[in-house]
Amino acid sequence: MRIALAGQPNCGKSTLFNSIAGYKAITSNFPGTTVKYTETKTHINGLICTCIDLPGTYSLTSGDPAELEARRHLLSGEVDVIINVVDASLLCRSLELTLQLLELEVPMILCLNMMDEAQRKGIQIDAQKLSNVLGIPVVPTITITGKGLKELFIEVVSVIEEKKKGQVLKFSKDIEAIIGELVSILQMEWPVEGKLPSRFLAVKLLENDEFFVKEIKEADHSSNQVRSFQERLEQIHGVPSDEVISSERHALAMNLFEKVSAVIHPPKKDVRITIDHWVMHKWVGYLILAGIFYGFFNFIFGIGGYIEEPLIGLFEGWIGHLESFFGKDSLSLFLSKGVLQGIAGGIAIVLPYLVPFLIGLSLLEDIGYLPRAAFLMDVFMHRIGLHGKSIIPFILGYGCSVPAVMATRILEFPQHRFMVSILTTMIPCAARITIIFGLVAFFISPNAALAIFALNILVVAVSGKILSLLFPYPEASLGLILEIPAYQLPPLRNTLKKSWYRIREFIVIAWPILILGSVFLALMEYAGVERHINWALSPLTHLLGLPTSVGTTLIFGLLRKELSLIMLTQALGTTQVLTVMTKTQVMVFTVFVTFYIPCLATIAALWKEIGKKGAWVAVLFTLSVAIILALMTRIFLGIFPLW
Amino acid sequence: MTTLDQVYENKKATVIDIQGGQRIRQRLGQMGIHPGDIITILRYGALRGPILIEIHSSQVALGRGIASKVIVEEME
Repeated sequence: MRIALAGQPNCGKSTLFNSIAGYKAITSNFPGTTVKYTETKTHINGLICTCIDLPGTYSLTSGDPAELEARRHLLSGEVDVIINVVDASLLCRSLELTLQLLELEVPMILCLNMMDEAQRKGIQIDAQKLSNVLGIPVVPTITITGKGLKELFIEVVSVIEEKKKGQVLKFSKDIEAIIGELVSILQMEWPVEGKLPSRFLAVKLLENDEFFVKEIKEADHSSNQVRSFQERLEQIHGVPSDEVISSERHALAMNLFEKVSAVIHPPKKDVRITIDHWVMHKWVGYLILAGIFYGFFNFIFGIGGYIEEPLIGLFEGWIGHLESFFGKDSLSLFLSKGVLQGIAGGIAIVLPYLVPFLIGLSLLEDIGYLPRAAFLMDVFMHRIGLHGKSIIPFILGYGCSVPAVMATRILEFPQHRFMVSILTTMIPCAARITIIFGLVAFFISPNAALAIFALNILVVAVSGKILSLLFPYPEASLGLILEIPAYQLPPLRNTLKKSWYRIREFIVIAWPILILGSVFLALMEYAGVERHINWALSPLTHLLGLPTSVGTTLIFGLLRKELSLIMLTQALGTTQVLTVMTKTQVMVFTVFVTFYIPCLATIAALWKEIGKKGAWVAVLFTLSVAIILALMTRIFLGIFPLW
Repeated sequence: MTTLDQVYENKKATVIDIQGGQRIRQRLGQMGIHPGDIITILRYGALRGPILIEIHSSQVALGRGIASKVIVEEME
């Protein structure tokens, strides 16, 4: 039994999915958070089933890769029940997708979500009436608080048992007549393998849907007939056939909306409008944007620095004891030092910054600030030759490069995805942010860390320009079309759950690797192997004026970026970095690590999203950028010694 | 008649036509923008940045290029 959650972007599918499956899908107040499907085995009221969380899709027409993914699933014929999640406060627009889903003739339930938001807007919906017209159960819910879920699950079970399909709503008579004729031709000449209902197919063909028109052209000769049907529609209505159908569906949805709902009172004067007035203001908006990021920065550094300092002192003391306990140069000293340094790196250096960063990021996502930032930044993105929506992968890149690369699926054109994927890997991810904070902000000064972030943004912008010159693409793209969802104040519990989901990723996956890596390096040191690696890398470290011993750490950084940091303390033999490196060296090292080759997981993601060639371009490009920048930092600090 | 990017902030306009082919019609249609719909222009971004509009009680940001393809009739 396969249950698919389908609906328009940002209607709460993933929130519903998480309350069915436990926290497994990242949610945020951002259209397009889910770009690939997540599925899980679960049981609903004792019924064992597979539940699939699909990316949001505004309609079943061809669109960006994320939407195509949703559509591919829905059309595959392998979905037994659809839960159509609908944002009740946007019912009118959402019904257009609902009408298309009904055409698939699959058992379905309508989950009327965000009832609280609809109420705030003064919209009252008669769920029973809607259910009668559509012929499917309609359940009002507020998934974010869990309200209505019990009723929803009861209905899911009964729909599964009864295999109850909904009503396909009919268009105007003249259109239905043409659809009817096309349906009978399709049934005779192009028997579909029983997967898609012929009415759905007929409507798609009349809509001139790229995918289906191509498919039918390949299959047989009736494509000319399809065109003649389209022409008939166009003659009657005087507009292109796709517009006839979409207007018709729009009208159906509007009628239905008016029938089942009433605006009982005008929306209350909403403070959110006043907030938006300033947040999206022509220039105050940019001040707020800068202020938020500056505040965010200080929040992370304030908490992280406060915790890092005493912990480093503590671990440093313990490591000192080890030496007197095991004796110099013994294997057990190297081993225990490796373990302790790996643990210390995680607790003292990574987590103090990672935790506040991830909580802050989740909060910004859930409140709904990110689409506003996209609105403000659109014009600058265009200046560097990118689509305004690219800001979304970029912002996600501050969390982790892997989802950022995957998020490029919200971009329609492969050329854009190629460029944005490469550029996002240069945005410092949480791991690299930790390095910037743990090394530069902590040992040099917070302003030096800010300078690295500013330099980073500048470099990404210039790189965007360079890449668009190296790999030119036709300017065929549409401009920005982005829904700006209402602000949400989700329960803090959800935000914390999401942060925990991401922090756990560090604790269970990255940290063990860090500890193992640290032990491994200690062993190499004991066996004297690391000298050879350092020797091989000495041209690079020499060029950048870094201690030769940091060579190995750069290799390990390819596995996990945090490793560079942990290994650094291991390679140098102390967490008090400044006793063995100058501030300039720390700065050069951090700049290099921030920009150079993405970690393995990111390279794999790049490979999958933009191909082998793209992954190679990313590796070579970031490596050259890192070397140039680190060298420039070295020269600059040589001429202007700031400390 | 004018285009959407020419309408002043806080004014309403009725969509008359969407120019520029099936793709753009589709994209705008998905957002609930069809001929006959009423759009409120909420604000303009700085430096020819996007336009924020309200349509069927949802807010949508549109690039200027797209907005210039939407033919509208300003309402009094």
